[in-house]
Amino acid sequence: MRTLRFLLQKEFLQIFRDRQILPMIFLMPILQLIVLASAATFEVKSAKVDLLDQDHSPTSRRLVEHFAATGYFRITGRPASLAEAERDLELSRARMILNIPPHFEEDLRRNRRARLLLAYDAVDGATAGILSSYSAVILGRFEREEQAELAVERRSAAPLVRTSPSFWYNRELSYRAFMVPGILVELVTMVGLLLCALNIVREREIGTIEQLNVTPLKRWQFIVGKLVPFWLLGLAALALGLLVAKLVFAIPIRGSVPLVFAIAAVYLLAMNGLGLAVSALSYTQQQATFLALFVLLASILLSGLFTPIDSMPLWAQKLTLANPMAHFVEINRRILLKGSGFGEIQDHFWYLPAAAGIILPLAVLRYRKVGS
Amino acid sequence: MAETVIEARELTRTFGAFTAVDRISFAVAEGEIFGFLGANGAGKTTAIRMLIGLLRPSSGQGIVAGFDVARDPEAVKRQIGYMSQKFSLYADLTVAENIRLYGGIYGLSNAELKAKSADLIERLDLGHARDERVARLPLGWRQKLAFAVALLHEPRIVFLDEPTGGVDPITRRQFWDSIYQAAASGVTLFVTTHYMDEAEYCDRISIMVDGRIAALGEPAALKREQGADSIDEIFVRLARPALAGS
Repeated sequence: MRTLRFLLQKEFLQIFRDRQILPMIFLMPILQLIVLASAATFEVKSAKVDLLDQDHSPTSRRLVEHFAATGYFRITGRPASLAEAERDLELSRARMILNIPPHFEEDLRRNRRARLLLAYDAVDGATAGILSSYSAVILGRFEREEQAELAVERRSAAPLVRTSPSFWYNRELSYRAFMVPGILVELVTMVGLLLCALNIVREREIGTIEQLNVTPLKRWQFIVGKLVPFWLLGLAALALGLLVAKLVFAIPIRGSVPLVFAIAAVYLLAMNGLGLAVSALSYTQQQATFLALFVLLASILLSGLFTPIDSMPLWAQKLTLANPMAHFVEINRRILLKGSGFGEIQDHFWYLPAAAGIILPLAVLRYRKVGS
Repeated sequence: MAETVIEARELTRTFGAFTAVDRISFAVAEGEIFGFLGANGAGKTTAIRMLIGLLRPSSGQGIVAGFDVARDPEAVKRQIGYMSQKFSLYADLTVAENIRLYGGIYGLSNAELKAKSADLIERLDLGHARDERVARLPLGWRQKLAFAVALLHEPRIVFLDEPTGGVDPITRRQFWDSIYQAAASGVTLFVTTHYMDEAEYCDRISIMVDGRIAALGEPAALKREQGADSIDEIFVRLARPALAGS
């Protein structure tokens, strides 16, 4: 144990002396949290709309008003013809065409049904889909209001069914609230996996590991001496990230913070194990960076951080089960946003000690003091 | 006759089809300064790495301080000190911190650590640089520090892999003074070098050519046998066919 103390002391001296690593550990997470959480959003705001109002009636104006009032759409063009509007779409001057045909108001009043053309630039299908669903909501609201007015005029009954959605856990449907817990997991992963792997390989590249290898230092002592600092740094990065999430983004923290840390502690064991495995397979920092980034990217893509796991093909969904990151992302969202306790996250939790229990021993066995 | 502390018996190491060390045999007695000579690529470092338990031999046997290097490398490591040809202490730690780390790893008590490091720093004349990061020290001092750290736990045998590579003649001379000093206290020194004048400082030398030992003995005896004026001459004579062939 005494030997370990000397190793840890050395490791922390080096980490705190390093002018690149330390800022990287503490500044990068904050930057990433700020940039990613703000940029990684599927919310579409002020989409450019070409308006082709061929009706010029009070009703058509009210409809346009509905679109403009939401802030999601901005009328940026009023082309004279559909052909001109299509040209705008082609040149990306507009993302959507709102085409109100002639007699819109009249049709609506007389037949209680009217036609409307909405055309989207769907090169970016996701954005087009989102715009389309925004439009649907706006049109629904418009329709209800018009109907209410008609009902007063004609004394007919108001619609029988009225839906009013209520969004739980994330009332404002804030994309950021949804993203931040996942990004926190990504940060913890970067420190625990990438930095850990690079640190060990760096010693190999510089040659300092050889000097350690000719001492009677035990394999486990070396490994524990390497993993503990990055395990602690991972937790420190999490603490910092949570603080930024709370103070800068006002992300609700509804569940237990100690629970988050307890789970991160187990999760980091698995990530440290992966880092150690990466370092055992690499001779240069370049190789290690490449390998660690590959593992990291694969983990992120299969984690449900950016893309919902439910919409992945079945085989990919199965793969995510083997990805510790996917479980921690889900757990962190549940704890922070839903306030889940241990009972509600167990279905995902047990994968983490299992992953650590498999990865860590394999990595330790793979690490050699004697070249073969 | 002093006890044999290093013994190689037909020690061999191959990397794929390439034989880096080819059935070398020799013995080093306790307290000797043994010069392990050879051109670059002759297999010196590979041989040393097997003897210090960093590399598994392909065949043959190496016995160091009574332990088999293949079967019990960790026991060997407790008995030896090692200074690699590439400086491998921590450049981002200070002189005192490096000494403390290795003292700690070798299990020195706190009192021993304190006494040892004070003594070492004084002997190396590094008092003014005690809290200086090693990266800022000139190469010659770094080598001295590395040697001192290799001796820290009072090992029976110290392996020095080209300890004087790249340093100026005066520092080299001083370095050999410390080697003599260590030998006088009973430590066995196994030194590789390709400075032939340094070979003359050794009790016995071996010359490796293409993975084999081409000559072995006391410098004076070798010169007599080969009818040469200097070790340099013998070395060139032995190594030239190999170099020409490659």
